[in-house]
Amino acid sequence: MKFAVQINSSPYAGAAGEMGYQFILAALASGHSVLQIFFYFDGIYHGLAAQLPPDDERQFLRRWSQLSQQHGIDLVICISAAQRRGLLSLEESRRQKRIDQDLAPGFRISGLGQLVEATINADRFIVFPGA
Amino acid sequence: MKKYLIIMRHPPHSSIHVQEQLDIILTLGAFDRMVSLLFLDESVFQLFRGQSAEQYEHKETLAIFDALALYDVNDLWVETESLIEKGLVSEQLTLPVKTIARVRVSQFMSGFDVILGG
Repeated sequence: MKFAVQINSSPYAGAAGEMGYQFILAALASGHSVLQIFFYFDGIYHGLAAQLPPDDERQFLRRWSQLSQQHGIDLVICISAAQRRGLLSLEESRRQKRIDQDLAPGFRISGLGQLVEATINADRFIVFPGA
Repeated sequence: MKKYLIIMRHPPHSSIHVQEQLDIILTLGAFDRMVSLLFLDESVFQLFRGQSAEQYEHKETLAIFDALALYDVNDLWVETESLIEKGLVSEQLTLPVKTIARVRVSQFMSGFDVILGG
């Protein structure tokens, strides 16, 4: 079965990231595929490049990038939710005369149309809610 | 075509949540999807007539709800018990809604292909 997943809470203010990740691991282990993870609401903070948790804590960025690299899962950050919260793509960052790259490798910024397409293409669309 | 149900659970203006949820609904509408809305708990205040968020510089989400009809999104459901618990009657809401008893919600939800809450 083809799944798509929506993550709605930030790494440290909710359980959506952990629950979504565990769900995806279980789905892959059972032979299912996962097309896309769509990060929305405060879930967009999962895509912040400069997250530096201590080594003995869980590494969300490493987890997501491994899912992307090893299983080809599309990591999509919603552009309107992201810009509102200050997470800009390099292109938008330059347009705003800024020089930093906020977006972690492996993620891409796109619109809500990607969410709609994921709900159409996936057999099941699973939402992991925010607070 | 898949049928979508959007579950509203948040009061208006307490955060950006309702506005961002409306963005999803408008996008689904723009893609000509079949969309229904279900209001539970404090979300029944989202359609409460006479609300204003202007002094807080918060977007008037009620105006966005009014515009949903332009996208053919007009299948709105409100849970009866949620209305009663908040002391409201459906005549105090700005848009025509259908009411559904809590005991029937689970079965109602099973009639949809994609359910977006949270």
